[in-house]
Order: sequence, then C-alpha cells, then structure tokens
Amino acid sequence: MNITELTVHELQEKLKNKELTSYEITKAYIDRINEKENEVGAFVTVTEDLALEQAKKIDEENNAEKAYAENNSEQAKKEEDNNLAGIPIGIKDNLCTKGIRTTCSSKMLENFIAPYNATVVENVLKEKMPVLGKLNMDEFAMGSSTENSSIKITHNPWNLSKVPGGSSGGSAAAVASNMVPWALGSDTGGSIRQPASLCGVVGLKPTYGLVSRYGLVAFASSLDQVGPITKDVRDSALLLNVIAGHDEKDTTSCNVPKVDYTKALKNDVKGLKIGVPREFFGDGIDKEVKEKLQEAIEIYKELGAIVEETSLNVAEYALATYYIIACAEASSNLGRFDGIRYGYRAKDYSNLKELFVNSRTEGFGDEVKRRIILGTYVLSSGYYDAYYKKAQKARTFVKKQFDDQFKKYDVLLTPVSPTTAFNIGEKKDNPLEMYLADICTVSINVASVPAISLPCGVDSRGMPIGMQLIGDRFKEETILNAAYTFEQKIKFRENYKPEFKKN
Amino acid sequence: MVSKEELLHIAKLADLKIDEKEIEKYIKNLDDILEYVRILEKAPIGDLNETIGANDNFNVFRKDEVKKFDNRDGLLENAPDIERDMYKIPKVLQ
Repeated sequence: MNITELTVHELQEKLKNKELTSYEITKAYIDRINEKENEVGAFVTVTEDLALEQAKKIDEENNAEKAYAENNSEQAKKEEDNNLAGIPIGIKDNLCTKGIRTTCSSKMLENFIAPYNATVVENVLKEKMPVLGKLNMDEFAMGSSTENSSIKITHNPWNLSKVPGGSSGGSAAAVASNMVPWALGSDTGGSIRQPASLCGVVGLKPTYGLVSRYGLVAFASSLDQVGPITKDVRDSALLLNVIAGHDEKDTTSCNVPKVDYTKALKNDVKGLKIGVPREFFGDGIDKEVKEKLQEAIEIYKELGAIVEETSLNVAEYALATYYIIACAEASSNLGRFDGIRYGYRAKDYSNLKELFVNSRTEGFGDEVKRRIILGTYVLSSGYYDAYYKKAQKARTFVKKQFDDQFKKYDVLLTPVSPTTAFNIGEKKDNPLEMYLADICTVSINVASVPAISLPCGVDSRGMPIGMQLIGDRFKEETILNAAYTFEQKIKFRENYKPEFKKN
Repeated sequence: MVSKEELLHIAKLADLKIDEKEIEKYIKNLDDILEYVRILEKAPIGDLNETIGANDNFNVFRKDEVKKFDNRDGLLENAPDIERDMYKIPKVLQ
C-alpha cells in the first residue's frame, strides 16, 4: 500500500480499522516531502517535528478513546465515523498559525510568527490534524502562477518547467504531488480554483461568508474566502465540514445552519439543470480546453442532467471590476505594513516617515507595489467616481446577472482557466496578460457565489484541464454533488497521474 | 495616460518610493490596466446601486465585553524594535 496515494476518506477508513496509525501516515508524508520537495518547491516551512509529535499524541489518545468506545454507546461509534483525528494537512502561508512562521511568501513577513491562530486553523487543530507545513503562494496572494513568491518558485508536478498556477500554487502542487493529503488555500479571484485546475486536483471556493476570514492575512476583504484543495470531491466536502461555520470574530461571516456536506454526494444528477454560458467559451479559450469541456457536457447529458446553452455576458466587466475593487481594498489593507509592530523594517531611515516608506519599498515585491499603486490611484480624489464607484455599480450588475441565471439553472458550467499550465517565466513580465488568466474565475468572487474546480481530462501534452461548476449562494451541496457524480463517471485519478516531467 | 508627476503623487500617498529607472515601467503597466478597465464605460450600470460588501450583513454588533488576549509576548516578539515592553520608533518631537 502506498499511503500517500490514498485520499483522506480512504485514510480515514484505514485509521478506523486500525490498519494504519496517524504516525505511520504522517511519517509517510514527511518521507514523501523529503523525496519530492526539491523538485516541486511547494513549501515555505515544513513542520516535520511538530507534525510527528502531534501524530504520536493522537495515536495515544485514539487508543484510549477506542477502548472506551468499545465498552460504550452507539454515540461514540457515530462520532468515530466522521473522525478526522490523525490525518495531516498543509496550510497556505497566508493563514495565521500560532508559533509557526506565516510569511505570505513576502520579504515583508519573512520572520513573522503569528501570536494567534486563524479560525480555520483552530478548526483544523480541534479535529486533531497534524500540520505538515506552510505552503508557498504568490506574495500576499497576488498572482496566478506563484512566480511572485519572494521565497521560491513552485513547479507543476505534471511538468516541472510549468507553473502550478496561483496564488495557492504551493497548496495545489503539494496535493497533486502527494506531499500532503489535502490543504487549505484562499481564493480572491480564482486562487484556489485556477491552481487546482492547472495541477489536476479539486479546489472549492465557498460562498463569501460561509468560512471565517479571521486570521487570513487580508488581500481584498470583500472577495477573499478560504477553501479546500483536495484529491477528490468527497475530501473537499469533508474539509468544508471542518471549516464552514459562523465566527463572531469575522463580522462578514454568515450564520447559516451547519450541514454535513458529504451527505449531499448522491452520485445522481438526473434532472439537474445545468447552464453553459457561451461567453465563457470565446476566442481566448484554448481549443483543447473547449473540446474537453464539450465532452464533459455530453457526459452530464448521458447522466441525465438537463444541459442548455445560456448567455452570461459578464466576464470582461467582472475582470475590470475585480482589478479595481481588489487593488483598492489591497491598497488599504496593506497600509498596516509600516515596519513598527511587525514585519520588515528598513535599515536606513532618518525619521518616522522614511522608516515607513523605506520599509514598504524594500519589503514589498513588484506585483504587490503595482497593485497598491493601482488601488491608490482608483481611490484618489478625481478618479474615485470614474473607477471605484463605477466598479461597485458594475459589481451589482454582475451579481444580478448571476441571480438571473440561478432562477433558471442549478449549476453553471465553464472552464476554469483559458489554457492549461503555462511555462515558468512566460507571462511574468506582462501583468495584464497574467490578469487575463483569471477571466473565467473572478466573476464568481465578484458575485460572491461558490464554485468548484475539478479535473475533466488532459490536453495533448498531458497537462490537466479543469472544469468549473458554479452554484447559487450557499448551494455548495448542489455543486459538490454535481462534481462528485461526474468524478465517479470519469475516474480522473485512476487514469492520470503527475509524472514530474522535466519539459 | 498617467503622467510622471501623477505617478509620483500616488506613490507618495501609498508611502512607496519609485526608483527613477522604474517610472516608465510603472506608467506602462498602469496605462495598460487603466485602458483595459475602460470597458466598464460600456457596462449597462446606469441606475444600479453600488455593491459595497459581498453580503447583506449590516451593523453587526456584539456585546462590548473585554476579552483578554493571552499572548502579549507573542505580539511584542514580532516588533523590530522595543524598549521596556513598548514599540520603539524614531523621535517624532524635535
């Protein structure tokens, strides 16, 4: 048995049947990290000792609890079914972890050790999951290739000369290369779904407000959302169970009833109404991507879903809106990095103002500065109405367009990324071209609806192609079931595996 | 087109310094993106309201209770410079 190839629900089964211990699982992942990290470069920090220590402790507790459960009620057995204790996890490096560095892959936070845990990290620790480490990303989650990390470049496990996508590129590459069984990412304009698509794994961006943002280093507060990156859809539902829920520390978190998302996985889409917006299949989308999605559409029809072409002309408006709103919010959020309370401080300065300016100028990378400048520009006097106010109105327009679609359809089906993974270095010097890589994903954040990315095949060079299923607000169950049913049919993981090709 | 003066003014507002050699690159990037977002001029948004937050949670209150943060040392350890448990900054009063 190769432990690191198993999904979390398979590991859960083995733990329950005592075929494996948490220590064995965690150790297998540590060994895999030691074997593959040099090639892939997914981690900012590996917490080997901490993870193994946690695992050992969980095994001891499990033994004690099992002895108790064997003598006791059904309730204990029921709890055991959903038990995730002992299954390790990787965490994107913009989620605060008490005592472990949280760098946001930035020189600015290179030595920052958060004094508290993000709520989602608390949730994970409450479930007793050993933490394997912190995963690489584009600096402050700004980018679509993880090339903007000031720590290291992450390589795509399917082809090491290509990008893993971004900004959660480390999380997606670590899951794809079996260095973690699953990971947490964050998604502001596609940062979970696009890397998941480029690395052939499953990524879910929940409805805005379903998951707490407390302790997620803020990029664009009205768009950011934490979500799971996993090997399959069942694992996605399992991890969403752990992180979803109201948090009084995040005033934008919604108080919706807790549900068990795994119960939604029915392997049945008969009668499900799927809309395919033709505008998402335009000239900018690669031919092979379109062909694979067409095949996926045929599969849904075979499975009994009702698939119709529809019109949702928002992608370009949404992208423009997104870059105005996200940069405006970033310019405000990143104002806190001043070199006083935490973060990088410049060596040379002669007064307080110079300390601020020099620390920020030296601590932030190019893309971050570019976005702060753009954000400051659109908020500055004389331009506020022309850009920011207009973008907020366009956001209302985008939301309304989605609302109209969900009066007719349960799910919308689109590509995730216009192309499969591109070469490292290919788009690095052209920010606008890099921004266009997000054309299919940003409208989802602008409309604050949920969407899942799952693999639907590979292109002629063997690189994975992703499909995006979008749902109405808080209808995660609908898109998870639609994704699950498709996954059961095509069995992507059984047919394709990353091969760590050199070019 | 964004002028050099405008760019430097914006940088000043953002507490950033732009190197003379980089000015041209910044202006080009900014112009490209501002040109792209002009597509919004065509968006049918005439009488629509502005969306400010992503959902309709307005006026979210909680009880005004003091909760003690238990990791004061952890907070201070991140500061580049402290003295007697306080953040230290350059002299501001001359």
